[in-house]
Amino acid sequence: MREDNMLIFEKSVAGRRCVTMPKSPLIADIPDGLKRSSPPGLPEVAQIDLVRHYTQLARKAHGVDNGFYPLGSCTMKYSPRLNEDCAALPGFTQTHPLQGEDASQGSLAVLHDLALSLADICGMDEVTLQPAAGAHGEFGALLMVKEYFRRKNDLKRTKVIVPDSAHGTNPAGAAMCGFQVVPVPSDAGGCVDMEALAAIAGEDTAALMLTNPNTLGLFEKNIQEIVRIIHGAGGLMYCDGANLNAIMGRCRPGDMGFDLVHLNLHKTFSTPHGGGGPGSGPVGCKAQLAEFLPGDRVVFENGRYAFAKRADSVGNVKNFYGNFLVCLRAYAYILTLGGDGLREVSENAVLNANYLMKLLAPEYAPSFEGTCMHEFVLSLEELKKQTGVSAADVAKSLIDRGIHPPTMYFPLIVREALMVEPTETESKETLERAAAAFKELHALAFSKPDALLEAPVLTPIRRADELAAAKNPLLKFEG
Amino acid sequence: MNVPDNLLYTKSHEWIKILEGGNALVGITDYAQEQLSDVVFVSLCGEGEKLSANGTIGDVESIKAVSEIKSPVDGTVVRVNQGVMDDPALINSAPYDAWLVELSGVKGEDSLLSAKAYEELIGDEA
Repeated sequence: MREDNMLIFEKSVAGRRCVTMPKSPLIADIPDGLKRSSPPGLPEVAQIDLVRHYTQLARKAHGVDNGFYPLGSCTMKYSPRLNEDCAALPGFTQTHPLQGEDASQGSLAVLHDLALSLADICGMDEVTLQPAAGAHGEFGALLMVKEYFRRKNDLKRTKVIVPDSAHGTNPAGAAMCGFQVVPVPSDAGGCVDMEALAAIAGEDTAALMLTNPNTLGLFEKNIQEIVRIIHGAGGLMYCDGANLNAIMGRCRPGDMGFDLVHLNLHKTFSTPHGGGGPGSGPVGCKAQLAEFLPGDRVVFENGRYAFAKRADSVGNVKNFYGNFLVCLRAYAYILTLGGDGLREVSENAVLNANYLMKLLAPEYAPSFEGTCMHEFVLSLEELKKQTGVSAADVAKSLIDRGIHPPTMYFPLIVREALMVEPTETESKETLERAAAAFKELHALAFSKPDALLEAPVLTPIRRADELAAAKNPLLKFEG
Repeated sequence: MNVPDNLLYTKSHEWIKILEGGNALVGITDYAQEQLSDVVFVSLCGEGEKLSANGTIGDVESIKAVSEIKSPVDGTVVRVNQGVMDDPALINSAPYDAWLVELSGVKGEDSLLSAKAYEELIGDEA
């Protein structure tokens, strides 16, 4: 086997070390009962093998540092290096969550001020930083919804309404919290069908989970009427804040009438995204729900930061205070840009998306007409009918052109969907080169469709067998 | 697109075949399997389960998405097709042989679509 295709466990040789350490004289002092009975099952490699291993892995991967990454709904923006510098400061890295408030004033100040900033950005009264990702935040927020109605002894509210264009995490989180999920269809314009919503909302409605702008990249223009219907029925409005990058600094979920929101710091606030995390999914809410938030709040009293319990908290959804160093990076981003800078972010994100959408027409038709927000969804159904080349084939072919595939086959209501989100950090030239690659593939689909069906051909692993991967996944190394 | 004349259909792309004796087989249409692409997993409700029309028979997972399968009619599940659960690709290769469940006490088939009406429906969608 080629060395660069081996797992690090396959490179392991017993006794090999990155660093040779003298045998500690203290080992004799450890009581026998506290010693390991067998060594930990870690790979044993020399430093050069270790460095090569991860360098090779990094070379095979495609991150935002490698090239354009227009993965819709994921906001794969550039992560500024200044964030990393801040997160590497020893005053933050050399801390322990149990070292006490007096020795953690700087870290507490970051938690306190970030929560305030995020509350201000999304128009909420209070924010918890504890959830580790967006879906985790949704889950925590839905626990709050449940507790809110339980405390009011309003036990008939068992249903959560979710649009058919929603992220899958919305119905999943609601189901995990024991709610019955009721889908509401989209209308011909791609927004919530108002008649259907009015018919569904009632005294059993706990909440509506809405992404605004929605996953089609369209602003829910009836948002005020939607809020009137749900609040009129006695339900709560939950905002999936995954698409905050489209509206940050322009309008706020709290002002639209939402009662709860989650944010994704690894999307909108530029912390590293992908590769499994760590992420951060703070939850914000209006005052009447604040005591239910997960985790402790940080307060500033008498010139000192301290933790304070929330009276009716649903409990901890994660240990300690969330992914602190991720929060710190987001705070660095907010301070770097300031209010005006954050508004420019969303303006440029929307401008970039609209520019790319226009460049791709007429070959690639958007699924809905009009201007988009920070992303747009193409339907490649016509191309597939005419050439047999699917959305997946175009996506895989983009890999050979140095571009990460857009999100495929989502949202579910668009056939042969490709969901494209360029983000604000891409230049005009990058967008133009990407558009040229898309158009070249469109022409190739007619002249030489087989070329697309085989793609990618320039990657170490070519077209992966997705069917076998889904059916017979090998999830652990068995040596 | 294959739409056999001897079956009835739903707007959500299930087919139902009324058997001699009144029981019925339910599956998903050729159009549905093509939209889903390669089916990877099938999970079905248990035998003995009473379903009302639009109740959930189970779900079908493809490499693109997971889709709920709805019962076209009221009825009780008397048999589930273990063969399809073991080899979900049967849904792609022969969607009208790969029935998912057999129902007894079938009621409500009057409101279903004929082959012609279903063909018009998918003609509009396609």
